[in-house]
Amino acid sequence: MTDVFFYIFATAALAGALGVVFSRNTVSGAMCLIGTFLSMASLFVLLEAYFLAVIQVLVYAGAVMVLFLFIIMLLDVKETAAKKASIYTWAASLIGFGILITGVFAISAAVSIKNKAPTMPEASGTSLKAFGYELFTTYLLPMQVTGFLLLIAMIGVIVLSKKVNTE
Amino acid sequence: MISLEQYIVVSSLLFAIGFFGVLFRKNTLVIYMCLELMLNAANLALIAFSRYHGGMGGNLFVFFTITVAAAEVAVGLAIIVALFRKRQTVEVGELNELKN
Repeated sequence: MTDVFFYIFATAALAGALGVVFSRNTVSGAMCLIGTFLSMASLFVLLEAYFLAVIQVLVYAGAVMVLFLFIIMLLDVKETAAKKASIYTWAASLIGFGILITGVFAISAAVSIKNKAPTMPEASGTSLKAFGYELFTTYLLPMQVTGFLLLIAMIGVIVLSKKVNTE
Repeated sequence: MISLEQYIVVSSLLFAIGFFGVLFRKNTLVIYMCLELMLNAANLALIAFSRYHGGMGGNLFVFFTITVAAAEVAVGLAIIVALFRKRQTVEVGELNELKN
């Protein structure tokens, strides 16, 4: 049963990703990206990372994409449907895509990760208590640094979006 | 049962599609969305490895990645808005002052 769900959500995520790349309209591209993020949250659930699935929906599909849509509609960028991508852009992008895919598949074939069974110890990734415990013991310093980073980002955004006086 | 390799295949395909989009599209906002896609693909790989390896490290790393990505989106979009205010465009082909 989980196999069926995996294939459904993996296909949905990949279709959404292709929608982001190839849609002419930026708003529909953002909608496709929301679909991709939701399918990926479902994949996280299949991997028993329930907390991260919730975070994914709240932060990515919620906050980040709302910000994106807000900016897209605020800027109101004119449609550039007339401008077709040149043959060089197509070739360069496809070569980049091919190199990445070849590299990843070569590595995964060399390392042989095929028949590895999931070995998650009980009550680790799944339980929120274990998550919080790790976060406030082993990873206390990264946690503090992340909080400081958010503060810096907030100040930076305020400074950046302030109206610049041109003398 | 889904094997680890299948998750890695999905993750690498998502990453490669995001990379393709970054190279292919001209609109800064779409490029930025493709960057988010690449970050998320890496998150999926990390969670899959964490699940099949049996530790919490990957999950916690993804938690930090999501936090940093949220901060990065806020700053990046502020830069795009400031750029649009100054230049009235978000097409990367027209933003070429540094070229000359």
